[in-house]
Amino acid sequence: MSLWVSYSLAILLSAAVLVLVAGCYWKIRQYIRTPAPLKIPTTPAPTTLDGVVLRVLGELLLFKSLFRANKLLWVLGWTMHLSLLLLILRHLPFFLPNVPLWLYQAQQFAPWVTLLFVVSLLGLLLRRALHPQMRYISAISDYLHIVLLLAIAASGAFMAYIGPSYPLGVRSFSRGLLEFDWQAIPHSPVLWLHLILVAVLMLIFPFSKLLHAPGLFFSPTRIQRDNSREARHLVGWVEDAEENQQRSNSKS
Amino acid sequence: MSHSSTRLPKQQASSTHTLIANASAHLKPVKAEAALQAKLGFPKQQPADWQQQAIAKLGEVKSKYRSLQVFLDSCMKCGACTDKCHYYLGTSDPKNMPVARQDLLRSVYRRYYTLSGKYFPKLVGAKDLTEEVLDDWYTYFNQCSECRRCSVYCPLGIDTAEFAMAARDIMNSIGIGQKYTAIVVDNVLERGNNLGMPGPVLQDTLDSLEEDIQEDTGVAVRLPIDQAGAEILLVTPSADFFAEPHVDGLIGYAKVFHQVGQSWTLSSTASEAANFALFSGNFEQMQTLAARIKQAALELGVKRIVFGECGHAWRVGYSFLNTLVGPLDFLDSKYPQPEHICETTYRYLFNGALKLDPSVNDDMVLTYHDSCNVARASRMGVRPGAQFEIPRALLRAAANRFFDMRDDSIRDASFCCGAGGGLLMDHLMELRIKGALPRMQALQQVVKQHGVTHMAAICAICKSQFAQVLPHYGFELDQIVSLHQVVGNAVKLGEEWI
Repeated sequence: MSLWVSYSLAILLSAAVLVLVAGCYWKIRQYIRTPAPLKIPTTPAPTTLDGVVLRVLGELLLFKSLFRANKLLWVLGWTMHLSLLLLILRHLPFFLPNVPLWLYQAQQFAPWVTLLFVVSLLGLLLRRALHPQMRYISAISDYLHIVLLLAIAASGAFMAYIGPSYPLGVRSFSRGLLEFDWQAIPHSPVLWLHLILVAVLMLIFPFSKLLHAPGLFFSPTRIQRDNSREARHLVGWVEDAEENQQRSNSKS
Repeated sequence: MSHSSTRLPKQQASSTHTLIANASAHLKPVKAEAALQAKLGFPKQQPADWQQQAIAKLGEVKSKYRSLQVFLDSCMKCGACTDKCHYYLGTSDPKNMPVARQDLLRSVYRRYYTLSGKYFPKLVGAKDLTEEVLDDWYTYFNQCSECRRCSVYCPLGIDTAEFAMAARDIMNSIGIGQKYTAIVVDNVLERGNNLGMPGPVLQDTLDSLEEDIQEDTGVAVRLPIDQAGAEILLVTPSADFFAEPHVDGLIGYAKVFHQVGQSWTLSSTASEAANFALFSGNFEQMQTLAARIKQAALELGVKRIVFGECGHAWRVGYSFLNTLVGPLDFLDSKYPQPEHICETTYRYLFNGALKLDPSVNDDMVLTYHDSCNVARASRMGVRPGAQFEIPRALLRAAANRFFDMRDDSIRDASFCCGAGGGLLMDHLMELRIKGALPRMQALQQVVKQHGVTHMAAICAICKSQFAQVLPHYGFELDQIVSLHQVVGNAVKLGEEWI
């Protein structure tokens, strides 16, 4: 049975990574190929490329616009994203061929980060469920996204802090995935559940609102420079139309 | 038409804002007649296969605008925008929350253009494009003034104006147009201005204004039109020619030009700065309307183009004109792009050519309403954000007492007047009054705190809207003034003074 589970999970996870990468590639290609014909930065906007990089970094790292909008939501959202990032990084020892010492030492903070992650997710879930406005704008999938993250966190936390964990077995399984040399997975239904949920998260990523992650880097209101006076902005179908116009003018 | 008001229990709304379903569902603009639609190149009536056509058009629009494609995908329903729209704050209709307004289009996009929406519509909130949904589109995408306040607060920068423009474009493509915008666009195409005012009428109006100024001041200030060889072409909203307080702004521009000895002219073919095609999201029409301005500038041989006080005209003038009809390489290399009249006046003030006597305006305590398209969709001056400083600097130079309204209602957080984006219609008055609520509340605060008597604006729509709406909030209609009215008052005509 264990071998059957190992292969199934290996296939599922490999497929999920493939879908995640291919799906995001396809969406990003679509964003790149779709022209932004008009200058629509939300002003005041930076006039230089450096300024644009700073603006996007401010949104990416500090959620600056959200901070202006709603302080409670900012605290919950920012904490959730930061702790999610740290929790993903904490899984590196399962994948790296050599694990640096500091990464082991940093693990002592993991319980606190997990707590922050779960509390901020619960806060977001409560806010969505209790605010009349939030309830109005939420579809079932909006709740399920949070529930999915909570379930991933709960199954992970159970293994890390309550039930038995199998660090060496998991490492051998994950290294096997990376090197296409599949290894047996430890016999732990909680671990299997954890991995299935992670696979689901990766599978839905390119088809759901999780696309807000790549979206930020293509949002014209945030990434365009305010330089319409200095440089004529002419792209895509507007440029094509102008070239056609000039061609027909020169013919006649 | 039925509209039910379902009130949520009070306690639920104690810490937040109330939701009242369909509170503004009855407020929709009159549709454009078949003949007018046809004249503008749209179908005369809704075709039998309107649903397929609209879905295909949605696909076309999202493939032409990256903004729309990214915005359709990226919303995570965080709710940051829910309480940022003046129409939502004023009407409590949940479909006026920016995210809910976007979702009218997004749910259809999901249904027909995403895997999740095709196979699990209920799960992800995807919806078929039904008559009912189309009706909601017409109602609620005509309850968006395209002011972009929501985009300031969105962590992804999602701009509901892009949705409203796309939806109106799609609706026009299946024969459903809004009468007011259609008439205005047609007027400009036919006669050069929104009002459809023919050249001779314009000439008469300007003549009588010149007489008025002469009577008031004893000085012959000119309002030249179609003057070939003038240095500046002033393109201004046609409301400046007749409406109050707009016309006082026009007199203000004339006084400034007179005092500094600037040669300038208006144009009878480009007697309109406004470009209502922006509101309906029709690129080709927007380009055609913008081309008139370039054409007039070329015909008159001017060296500079200056835009009068008009919000969305300045968005087109500053952000889009270069793209739409550029390059404007015939202009003076020192002024290679259109300027805003505030920039022009500020330059005269800065280099000492214009002297103002602020004591003339001592009967006024002023505040300033940042127009949305100037604040959030364009710029003045050389520094980002100077669009907030230059008008205030002019007001402070022209009047001794100036106080800003509270921070979350000015600059890039400014509340829309409540009638922008092609909604300045008499039969939408209820919506306009409700949409003005947040601005009126902020105004009331400075009136109480600082004894503010007048609010200055630099947008024709804002001025028309406030002139009608102020009385509903206990103010006098003349408490809205043109910025250049205040400046014009302070210009000491014909006097050599230091």
